[in-house]
Amino acid sequence: MSALQATPVDLAPLAPILQRYPADRRSLVMVLQDVQAAFHYLPREALLTVADHLQVPRSHVYHVATFYKHFSLTPRGAHTCTVCMGTACHVRGAGQLVEHLERRTGVKAGDTTPDGQLTVETVNCVGACALGPVVIVDGEYVGSATARKVDRALKPILGGDGKEGEE
Amino acid sequence: MSERIPNLAALEAWRASLQAAHDANRKAIAICAGTGCKAYGSDKLAEAFRKGVAERGLDVDVRATGCHGFCERGPLVVIYPSMIFYQEVGRKNLAKDVAEILDQTVAAAPGAEQIVPRLQYKTPAGEAVVHERDVPFYKHQNRLILSFNGKIDPESLADYVRNGGYRALGKALGSMTPEQVLAEVEASGLRGRGGAGFPTGRKWRFTRTADAPRVDGRPMKYVVCNADEGDPGAFMDRSVLEGNPHGVLEGLLLGAYAIGAREGYVYVRNEYPLAVQRLTKAIADARAAGLLGDDILGTGFAFDLHVTRGAGAFVCGEETALIGSVEGNKGQPRFRPPYPAVSGLWGCPTNINNVETWVNVPLIVDRGAAWFAGIGTAGSKGTKIFSLVGKVNHTGLVEVPMGASLRHIVEHIGGGIKDGRAFKAVQTGGPSGGCLPESMLDLEVDFDTLTAAGSMMGSGGMIVMDDRTCMVDVARYFIDFLIQESCGKCTPCRDGLIQMGHLMHDLVEGRGTHATLDRLEALAPVVRDASLCALGQTAPNPVLSTLKYFRHEYLAHIDDKQCPAGVCKALITYRITDRCTGCTICAVQCPEKVITGEKKALHLIDEARCTRCGVCHSVCTFDAIDILPGR
Repeated sequence: MSALQATPVDLAPLAPILQRYPADRRSLVMVLQDVQAAFHYLPREALLTVADHLQVPRSHVYHVATFYKHFSLTPRGAHTCTVCMGTACHVRGAGQLVEHLERRTGVKAGDTTPDGQLTVETVNCVGACALGPVVIVDGEYVGSATARKVDRALKPILGGDGKEGEE
Repeated sequence: MSERIPNLAALEAWRASLQAAHDANRKAIAICAGTGCKAYGSDKLAEAFRKGVAERGLDVDVRATGCHGFCERGPLVVIYPSMIFYQEVGRKNLAKDVAEILDQTVAAAPGAEQIVPRLQYKTPAGEAVVHERDVPFYKHQNRLILSFNGKIDPESLADYVRNGGYRALGKALGSMTPEQVLAEVEASGLRGRGGAGFPTGRKWRFTRTADAPRVDGRPMKYVVCNADEGDPGAFMDRSVLEGNPHGVLEGLLLGAYAIGAREGYVYVRNEYPLAVQRLTKAIADARAAGLLGDDILGTGFAFDLHVTRGAGAFVCGEETALIGSVEGNKGQPRFRPPYPAVSGLWGCPTNINNVETWVNVPLIVDRGAAWFAGIGTAGSKGTKIFSLVGKVNHTGLVEVPMGASLRHIVEHIGGGIKDGRAFKAVQTGGPSGGCLPESMLDLEVDFDTLTAAGSMMGSGGMIVMDDRTCMVDVARYFIDFLIQESCGKCTPCRDGLIQMGHLMHDLVEGRGTHATLDRLEALAPVVRDASLCALGQTAPNPVLSTLKYFRHEYLAHIDDKQCPAGVCKALITYRITDRCTGCTICAVQCPEKVITGEKKALHLIDEARCTRCGVCHSVCTFDAIDILPGR
C-alpha cells in the first residue's frame, strides 16, 4: 500500500473531470481514465475524492484501479515511450527494441527514469500492425521502428551526443 | 446541415441536394488519415497540399479520408476523378512531392495528367501502376465495407449521407416493421465478426423476445458495440471506426429498432484515441441532425448512444466482462446463462455485436438479405476484413469474400513473403487461434474451416511468419500474453497458464526435455475444459496448433538444443563472416563490448561472453553477421 501513501498533490484538475460525468458508479472507469490522463497516475487523494463523489466504497475504487492495466498508482514520467508488443510487432523484433530502450534508459519496461522524465512501457497492441514494430513517444507513432529511429524520437527528452539521430 | 432533419422525406431531399451539388468529375486530392498514414506524417502532408492548392489558386478539394488499408506504403494519396494512386508521399521530401503532384498531375486536365514516377506503386516485377484499382493489393479484394473509408470524410455527416448513408435507416423506419428488419438480418446469414461466428439474427431474436424490466414505465433493452479489439495483430475495427463511424452508428440504430432497444453503448479500447474522437463527433453530429435521440426522423423511434472507453484489459472483449466494465466494475467474466440477451447491462436484455458486424447491417437492410447471402460460402456469408501483417510484402487491411483461400490472401494480395524468404505459417484468431502451415495454404477461409483446422477466425488478424520466425517462441509469446491478461477468476486459467508459461520458457531457454512436452500436452486440455470463459478455453490453442504442425521445431529445441529460426537466444550463435569489411560499427554499438577487430579487418565476436542481444546483426549494413542455430 506504500503507493497510496500521501504526497502533496494539487487536486485542482479533478473538479472539472468529476463534473463531466454522472455521479454514480457507471462513471468510475471513465473518471479514472481522465484522472490518469491529467495526473499521469492515480493519486491517493484523487481516488478518495472520486470514491466520495461517485458514492462508491473506497475498496471498490481500489479494486478497479488495480484491475486495469492502463491505471498506475505510482507517479509516471513526464514523457512516455510505449513499445507495442502485438504479434506483428513481436515477429518483427519488438523484443529487441525493448531491450535497447532498457539499456538506453537504464530502467526496466514499466518503470520511470529516476529524474521522473521518462516512463518506458509496453502495450499489447496499438492496432498499427502494418507498421510494426511500432513505438509511441508521447502520442507520436514511430513506424517500422529501429533503435536509431527511437533514439532520434527520444532525443528531445533524453538528450544525446547527436550521433543517434544519424540515419 | 446542422439543423434537425424533420422527417424521412427531408433526409432524401437533403441527400438529393448533396448529390446534385456534387460534381463527380471534380478534382480532389484524397489523403489517407488512418493511424498508419498519420504515423508517416499524413497530417503535415494534407496541410502542405492545402497550402499548395491555395498558392496556385487551383479549384481542387483536399480531403482527409479514413484508412485506405495499404498502410505499409503510407502516406497514400489518390487524385480524383482519375483515381491516380501515389504511395509513400512526403516520406523523404515532402515539399518536392507535393509540388510535383500539384504541378504535374493535379493542375492538368483529366486524362492529360502527367504522372510522378518516383511516387508510383511498382509491382514486384517492376511494372509501374497508375490507378488505384490496378494495384494488386486492391485488385484482388472485394471492398464492400472498406470502400467507404477512401470515399468519405469520416468527420462529415453530409459526406456519409451523400454516399447513401442512413438510407437503410430511412427504409427501415419508413417501410419495415422491426420484425421485418430482424427477419432480413436472419435471412442474410450474417455471423458475428468478433470471433465466435454466432448467427447475428438469432442473437438479436433472443434479445427481442426477452422480458425486459421497465424503466420510466417502458421496457429497457440495450445494444452494445464491442470495439474492444484486443487481439494483438488485428486492427480492422479500429479502421472501420476511424474511417466510417456513421456506418457503425447506422448499424446500431437498425439493431436497436429491430430489437426494441432504447439505449446503446460503444465500448472502445483506450489505445484507439482517434477512433474515440471520430466516433464522439459522429454521435454529436447525428444527435444534432435528429438521427439520434427522441423522435428520430419524425417517426417516433427513440434511441441514444454513449461511448465508453476501456482501460487496457484484453478480457473485456468477452461480453460479460465488457458489461461489468461498462457498469463501472472490474471486467471479469461471469457464468452464462443467463446470457446478456436475457440479463445484460444492469440486468436488462442486451445485444452485443462487434464493430464489423454492426457495419454490415446497413448494407444488408439497404441491398437485401439475398444480395448479402449471395456472397461467401455455404456457412459463412458476406465478406471478412483481415489485417494482413507480419512478414508479408504488402501489409494492411484486406477485405475478401468468405471462402477466399489463404494463398489468395497471402500471395496475390499480400505479394508474398518479405525479402524473398520462405513462408512458414500464418497465425489467425489472435491468442485464441493457431498457426497454420504451408500445407494449409489452399484452405478456403471461413468460420468453420479455420476451426476444423485447429485455429479460428477470431476477429480477423492474420500474421504471416517466415523461416526466421520461431514457432516455439510464438507459442511462448501467446502464453505470456494470456498470463498477463487472465482476469484471475478461474484457477485453471490463472494458474494453469502460469505453469504452461514455465514449460514454454524451459523450451525456449534450452532446458526442455520430452517430459516438458508431455506435461504441456497433459495440462492444455485441463485449461481448455475447466475455464469459464473463452479466454481460458482457447488459451492452449497456440501451443496445441504449433505442436500439431511444427513439432519438429520443438524437437530441435529439445534434442539438438537449436533454434532453427535463429530466434531463441539460448539456442543460437552470432558469427561474423568474411563479408565483414571492418567498418567497426558492430564493435562500437555492441553493448557488451565483446566484438574485437581492427579497422578494415575481419571482426570477431567473443561467443562465450556474447549475450545474443542482436544489436550487431541489426546495425551491420553488409549483412556480414550470420545467426547460426545452436550454441
